[in-house]
Amino acid sequence: MAITKPSEAYWDEKVEASEKVWLAVSILACLFMFLVMVVWAIAGKQNPPQESYIIRPSTFQQRVEEFINKYKIGEENGVPIVEAPSNVDLYLMGRMFQWTPILVLKKGETYRIRLSSIDVNHGFSIQPVNINFQAVPGYEYVLTLKPTQSGEFLIVCNEFCGIGHHKMVGKIIVK
Amino acid sequence: MQEVRVCPVTGLKVQRHAENLIKLNAVMAVVSLLIGGIGAILLALTRWEAIHLLPSDLYYRFLTIHGMNMLVFWIVFFECAGLVFASTIVLNSRQVAPKLGYFAFLLMLLGWLFVNYIVFTGKFTESAVMFTAYVPLRAHPLFYLGYILFAVGALIFCILFFLNVYNARREKAFEGPIPLFTYGIAAAAVIAVFTLIHGAFAFVPVFLWSLDIVKEINPAVYRLIFWGFGHPAQQINLTAMVSVWYLLSYFTVGGITPSEKVSRTAFLLYVLFINAGSAHHLLVDPAFGAPWKIFNTSYVLYLAVLASLIHCFAIPASVEIGQRSRGFNNGLFTWLIRAPWGNPAFAAFFISLVLFGFIGGTSGVIMGVEQINMKLHNTLAVPGHFHGTVAAGTSLAFMGLTYYVVPLIFRREWLSKFFAVIQPYLFGLGLAIMAISMNTLGRMGVPRRTWETSILNIPHKELLEMALGIGAIIAFTGLIIFVLHTVLTLLFGKKLSGNDKPTFPSISEPAPQRTSTPGTVTLAFIFFFYLIIMFAINWYILSKSWEIR
Repeated sequence: MAITKPSEAYWDEKVEASEKVWLAVSILACLFMFLVMVVWAIAGKQNPPQESYIIRPSTFQQRVEEFINKYKIGEENGVPIVEAPSNVDLYLMGRMFQWTPILVLKKGETYRIRLSSIDVNHGFSIQPVNINFQAVPGYEYVLTLKPTQSGEFLIVCNEFCGIGHHKMVGKIIVK
Repeated sequence: MQEVRVCPVTGLKVQRHAENLIKLNAVMAVVSLLIGGIGAILLALTRWEAIHLLPSDLYYRFLTIHGMNMLVFWIVFFECAGLVFASTIVLNSRQVAPKLGYFAFLLMLLGWLFVNYIVFTGKFTESAVMFTAYVPLRAHPLFYLGYILFAVGALIFCILFFLNVYNARREKAFEGPIPLFTYGIAAAAVIAVFTLIHGAFAFVPVFLWSLDIVKEINPAVYRLIFWGFGHPAQQINLTAMVSVWYLLSYFTVGGITPSEKVSRTAFLLYVLFINAGSAHHLLVDPAFGAPWKIFNTSYVLYLAVLASLIHCFAIPASVEIGQRSRGFNNGLFTWLIRAPWGNPAFAAFFISLVLFGFIGGTSGVIMGVEQINMKLHNTLAVPGHFHGTVAAGTSLAFMGLTYYVVPLIFRREWLSKFFAVIQPYLFGLGLAIMAISMNTLGRMGVPRRTWETSILNIPHKELLEMALGIGAIIAFTGLIIFVLHTVLTLLFGKKLSGNDKPTFPSISEPAPQRTSTPGTVTLAFIFFFYLIIMFAINWYILSKSWEIR
């Protein structure tokens, strides 16, 4: 009766039993889905990191360069390859249209990776593991990460960042 | 005195200014749909990398055009037509301040022109910024100005809607509780008001920034405020679409909601909680903490999802009630099997309902889970999700309504019954194939908004891309049939007059009383188990991933 007036007393009309059951089931499902998130946030092993800092893009770039100079072990197509111990903070920088540096990690160890962008928004996406974060200029996102597989993984950019967006591919090597 | 005619089918009074505003908005909606649709097929045939149709710069440019015309212009123009319809004709009342209405339409038209002009002709770096235009990507000032003008025009239509309802009461054109359709549209209008205000807060500073008046915009804050516009804008669509579903269940089978009280409460839940959905886009952003993310992404304890679950029961139930009182009362599903599937308004409505629930709604609830979002953020699953909601859901529902709008408002008889009947099936089937392929590709890591992904080694990628492309071709065929058929009918269709019956029958008598709805209960629980299974699968996939905190 969507375009005609309902009964004046529609608020007092009884709700059918079947719809009441559906309502109850729906409310329980909603509460359940909410609680799963809360429980996983406390006890789960995969949660979006909560540590982040405001940082000037130029400062971030400077720290990335210092980090690269200190731990550089090689180069691939002009991109530095860096291997640092897991007790120091690692850096990963997105810029049009490159991820720098190539990080070398060890399987089963936990690393702190400081992720940011120095120009526009980029999308940090490790493939084929498929873990995705937003790299926002001016914000440093600290990812505490434990690789559980070894091999070479790609970092693709999945936030549109300009004409070379699809060419923006980096790498993480897990030994 | 304003000119008034009486609709021969519904007996409603149709006043000239209201009719004109509906027509203007409807025409622009269809034009935008055509532009967006051409963009759609070019994009899909580029993402099908065996074809890879467009070069990269054109791909990103058309992506912006497609997003703006589909997500903003087509739908908002149509909704403005809906706002006028629900507050004048349905309430048996007149359009207040018609000149302001025309002015608002003019603003929207200008905004539409500016955006389309600059995205088609501007420099690449100033035009391909996408619907989201994330700062510090910087578009031409006309782009932002167009966005703002369009939003202001739409805001005026919302205000006129409330004035119309107030006026209908004051002039006693309508007394007592307002009809459910108008109630739902009112909920959409309230959501639209705060959505458009967010839009102003996002775009006015950015517009000034593009003119070098403002020095700097914080990219993270922009994302927060933009999504206060961007996501609720789609919730206006959702709310308007649900209202249209109720309307179509009435027009097509005389359906009535099982409980006015419950259905209206659900709309109220949308108004109160749905804005929190903007957090969905910020779940893996650096600038926000877990409590904020979890509270908001759950739409405040999933109270807005509860509303959708209520409609997911009430709408098929209203069809079942209508059908059972029309005599299709045998067994569990006779009402559904013997439904008027040959009436494109019904087919569009019911296909839209099913696809929205199984593809759009379910994927949305899942990707809105804070943790699972790490596996889906910015992947092709995101457009996969919203092609299930706004395209297969809202657009198809609005197409269904058009099958009544053309004969009832424009007074033209549809040129071809055949093309009208097959159109919703083509559009729905195509989008279903496309959205499922996109969701699957995205779940395996294929990024959205990316011209080339050949570097990714993903099982069955070529096959899924082909399905995406073929689905898009089928959906595009349905879309083009819809646009051409509508335009040609408006130009050349037989004029209806007096008591001529429209092409597709509509029911003007509601079901005499409510019946029980065992078929709907069964369907609702099938959907429920499907949702639980999908939810569980996604948590399982997440639990196998690298550890991260």
